[in-house]
Amino acid sequence: MTQLALVIDLNVCVGCHACVTSCKQWNTSGWAGPMVDENPYGADPTGTFFNRVQTFEVGHYPATETVHFPKSCLHCEDPPCVPVCPTGASYKREDNGVVLVDYDKCIGCKYCSWACPYGVRELDAQQKVMKKCTLCIDRITDQTLPESERKPACVLACPTNARLYGDVHDPDSEVSIAIRERGGYALMPEWGTRPANHYLPRRKTYMHVSPEELQRADNPLTKEDLTVYTGEETLDDVTW
Amino acid sequence: MHPALSVIFLTTLIGAGQGLFLALVTGQVYAAIRLIAPQSAEFYAGGSALALGLLVAGLGASFFHLGRPERAWRAASMWRTSWLSREVIVLPAMMAMVFLYGVFHWLGWTQPLFVIGAGGLPVDATLVFGVSGALVAFALYVCTAMIYASVKFLEEWASPYTIANFLLLGLASGFMLAAAYAAYLGTELVGFYGTWAVIFTLLALGTRSAALIRNAGLKHKSSLQTAIGVRHRVIEQRSQGFTAGSFNTREFFHHRSPRFVARLRLIFLLLVFPVPVLLIMLAYVLASPTLPVLAFAAQYVGLLAERWHFFAEARHPQNLYYQSVS
Ligand code: SF4
Ligand code: SF4
Repeated sequence: MTQLALVIDLNVCVGCHACVTSCKQWNTSGWAGPMVDENPYGADPTGTFFNRVQTFEVGHYPATETVHFPKSCLHCEDPPCVPVCPTGASYKREDNGVVLVDYDKCIGCKYCSWACPYGVRELDAQQKVMKKCTLCIDRITDQTLPESERKPACVLACPTNARLYGDVHDPDSEVSIAIRERGGYALMPEWGTRPANHYLPRRKTYMHVSPEELQRADNPLTKEDLTVYTGEETLDDVTW
Repeated sequence: MHPALSVIFLTTLIGAGQGLFLALVTGQVYAAIRLIAPQSAEFYAGGSALALGLLVAGLGASFFHLGRPERAWRAASMWRTSWLSREVIVLPAMMAMVFLYGVFHWLGWTQPLFVIGAGGLPVDATLVFGVSGALVAFALYVCTAMIYASVKFLEEWASPYTIANFLLLGLASGFMLAAAYAAYLGTELVGFYGTWAVIFTLLALGTRSAALIRNAGLKHKSSLQTAIGVRHRVIEQRSQGFTAGSFNTREFFHHRSPRFVARLRLIFLLLVFPVPVLLIMLAYVLASPTLPVLAFAAQYVGLLAERWHFFAEARHPQNLYYQSVS
């Protein structure tokens, strides 16, 4: 079975919000209708977003580290938001594991948002239905797009390639290898939701260089340098 | 969580409506086995109308909670997995039972269908509707409470206390209302209903206090560490990603000071428990027809505060992600 997901590399995310804006642009222009903004130029703007980039500071100054943290629906493999929905509007697609909301069925009761621990579902203020990341379902399933563009808008927009996309059930996919070999982890594992999206931790790369590597102990030239010359013909004199 | 008025009214109104219906049925059963004097048909019919009114008002309030109330009928479809869906089915069933119960009393269709035992307990249609309606009423209490108790992320709610509280507080207010109704009509059942109301109120005091104590010492499973997956004791949010509000900052926070919440807790602890108990006892001593009405009114207002506090008290793990604007 396929489980499409994102793997987000916190090591390279620079917090530029390109994924936030590209997500909004793509999904507000689609067939599902706008992601409504209210009072966008006023003092208290608000609107629907599928994706947010948050920033956390770890540690005490000066030993601090800034973590930019993009967050969207994690397309849980055991999504607690789905069984609570009274209408069946929230569902998980059998064929690719994407968790979706049927906007034509949703009654806007908000119950699913209570049942998601990650705070990624948002009730659209004007359409009054629940919205969340669709993994750009209309892009990734669109066979008329060239293969290279059949990816979520955020993945295509990310300038640092912090967002990887693929099938986390295929052990040889780029995302599976990244999770396996680069310490990919799930958020709030204590709830057993088994998020499909994973995060790659921030890493510091150290390289140890010993003095012997800078100066080879058995360098023949260094050995010759130890020779004491007293005016006799050397190898250099006869070769050039 | 944000306490929505629609849900506060829904749960308190139908809780009292179910309780009133259960009180009527209890009275009828007691009368059938000749423990108390039988009441007139109008008493049951009027009481049922009152109970039905509360249920309808509660249902009306619930529509204000929905973004798309015109599609509410769809909510009956997922009863296999969703407690909300189950409530949506059981609530109209409850109303139907109350309606039939009241109408049969009103029309006097109370000829015994059969007689149980040698002593002769005559069973008529109203008793059948009453007893099966009582089962539906209990099912509805469970459905309503499980909507909250089944969300494991809301750890303040995910406990059997939630079910006990919805049940006992509903029964308390329903029997209190029955006492008020009996007193208003001048029947002699005030003492009977009042006694049960006091019993349920005291039981509810026990379970509600236990829930408050449990929640005061609750250790949440999630932390900022598990939320972003960084192993460090000091993590602070510098930006939640936007400067103004969003659904996530509105739906999951009550936006009131801790002092306000504490004050409301004191108000509901007084209004729901000691005040109505004292008033109903005083009413019994003075044989007052109006004091039981006051007792119910005080308890109902207290229950509104109780429900507000119930919502405000619950801390959703998503709040970890929305701590700081910038
Ligand atoms: S992240 Fe939340 S909304 Fe998305 S599948 Fe998991 S529980 Fe559902
Ligand atoms: S808000 Fe919509 S999708 Fe969510 S539980 Fe209610 S009906 Fe289902």
